[in-house]
Amino acid sequence: MKKAVSRVYLTLIYIFLYAPILLLVVFSFNDTDTKSRTVWSGFSLRWYEMLFQDRMLLEALKNTLIIAVCAALGATVLGTVAAIGINSMKGWRKKLVMNVTNLPMLNPEIVTGVSLMLLMVFVANLFGISLGMGSIILAHITFCLPYVILSILPKLGQMDPHLYEAAQDLGCTPLRSFFKVVMPEIMSGVITGMVMAFTLSLDDFIISYFCSGTTQTLPVYIYSMTKKRVSPEINALSTLLFAVILVLLLIINIRQGRMGKKEEKEADV
Amino acid sequence: MKRLRRAVLLLTCVLAACFPSPAFAQEEEAVPLTGEKIYVYNWGEYIADGKDGSLDINTEFTRRTGIEVDYSTFDTNESLYSKLVSGGASYDVIIPSDYMVSKMINEGMLEKLDFSNIPNYQYIDEEYRNLSYDPTNEYSVPYTWGLVGIFYNKQYVTEMVDSWDILWDEKYAGKILMFDNPRDAFGIAQKKLGLSFNSTDEDEWIQAAVQLKEQKPLVQAYVMDQIFNKMESGEAWLAPYYAGDAALLVEENENIGFAIPTKQGTNFFVDAMCIPKGCRNKSGAEAYINFLCDPEIAAANMEYIGYSTPESAAKELLPEEVVNNPIYYPPQEIIENSEVFVDLPQETSLQLDALWAEVKMGGPGDSMTLVLTLAGFLALYLAVVIYKKVKRNREC
Repeated sequence: MKKAVSRVYLTLIYIFLYAPILLLVVFSFNDTDTKSRTVWSGFSLRWYEMLFQDRMLLEALKNTLIIAVCAALGATVLGTVAAIGINSMKGWRKKLVMNVTNLPMLNPEIVTGVSLMLLMVFVANLFGISLGMGSIILAHITFCLPYVILSILPKLGQMDPHLYEAAQDLGCTPLRSFFKVVMPEIMSGVITGMVMAFTLSLDDFIISYFCSGTTQTLPVYIYSMTKKRVSPEINALSTLLFAVILVLLLIINIRQGRMGKKEEKEADV
Repeated sequence: MKRLRRAVLLLTCVLAACFPSPAFAQEEEAVPLTGEKIYVYNWGEYIADGKDGSLDINTEFTRRTGIEVDYSTFDTNESLYSKLVSGGASYDVIIPSDYMVSKMINEGMLEKLDFSNIPNYQYIDEEYRNLSYDPTNEYSVPYTWGLVGIFYNKQYVTEMVDSWDILWDEKYAGKILMFDNPRDAFGIAQKKLGLSFNSTDEDEWIQAAVQLKEQKPLVQAYVMDQIFNKMESGEAWLAPYYAGDAALLVEENENIGFAIPTKQGTNFFVDAMCIPKGCRNKSGAEAYINFLCDPEIAAANMEYIGYSTPESAAKELLPEEVVNNPIYYPPQEIIENSEVFVDLPQETSLQLDALWAEVKMGGPGDSMTLVLTLAGFLALYLAVVIYKKVKRNREC
């Protein structure tokens, strides 16, 4: 009885989580003339075809991807360096710095967005330039940074600090011992942080909206369609994005599974 | 030289192949890029972009003039306004609606147009010139126009739809949708009462608000684009919306009709092309506006976006079933009986915002409520902290 209840509960939770995505995928194949998302009228691939003809949509997608990649890389590099610095601090200083870095995460996004915009407009006016791709990337790095730091710090905490010293004892330069010893230890945290920064940047609307200047990212573009009927092209695009992320996740998991097994084997030996 | 010419010819052929419609036969050769660029800010999905075999307007403009177009889109007049005011971006061509044009004129945000650079302005019909939002017509050139009407489901709404009163009919309680923006929502109440949209009389606005509050229990939801889904699935039976978007539903779905309340009058809206102050390429912007006014281009554009054109010359190029459709081109007396939105004075627009908040949330969002909510949260937090401390002390 208990088992049955827990099964039903689990099923309900999964339905709740995945039904919207399933619906989105199904209606991306809808053969409709009215851009309908509620009335099913047959299977077709026309929205996928349209999607690849839509220059503006593809342009927005391109912008979004460039921004997400740059923001993820930038935030990861800065975040890793920052995490190492914070990890070596002690006492109240560490607490203070941690709180200061965490604050932007708790801050409502709209406050971050508006304040970044005010700063950037001020700077842009000072130098006579205008906002665009660069300002969005900077803004995204800013708001992704705390997430990266938070995902790396625990890994650093787990690491034995003597390993790093041992490497130097054995003749490594500090830089070399960082790459040889520290990096491999914290790599999983770095990757988690980078993936998180990438997805956060990909679907951010509010901050991009304020800092975008004349550049348009995908979420902003989709939002601007809401006076007219949002086209099922967006369903098609979301389906593709979902599929890509699913495949990426599968690859990462399979690789991790393999690596786990390898380690186990090595441990057995 | 010969080779170059051949390459250009080839390119033209390829381009011609891209646009299957013979109306855009590519006689002229593509102009090489000049390195100039203009920034255009328009409503979302409000230009023909090459999908569905339409003409790709922006590419065609670049091909003919050599000026590149950086095109981005907005969702409401208000977001366009805030973008311009915040100084985050500078645009060369923007396409706001009537009342936003007059607001921007009043605030000195628009450049005067040099009509000698826009010869195609001659095609704009007399009745769309010098409208009350830009009485001397120095700042704007109309892009599209339309009327607000009512979508209804023919299966459930069998009576004649020719009055706004039907949106207050209790028979249809829970099946009525309303606009989710104050100007349009109040506009309907105002026309129901026979008042002007642009009244500055406080009492008239309060009367309209009373109407909307009365209507609220009957309204299923205040929505914008969701009305398409809700109407199509039969979830809602009555909904006001813009005529230009009606085609999408009415032509493909035999259960759905669209009617314009003729006697009480309705909103006649115009979206107009303007050049904001601080633009970087005014001559390019004027060339773009001129290009969009070219009857051939305007016709191709309107055919795709579905709104009505202010040019008779463009109308002639449109398919007959569109031109003869009273949804798009209603008889003159309906247009004469309708009214354009104009910018409201500061006081009135503040009153409108307050009234709209009252209608939607059932009460004014005063600072007292905010203080009380915050105080409540603080009290709760303190209570938890004290409770924990007391508990710990007892345990010790």
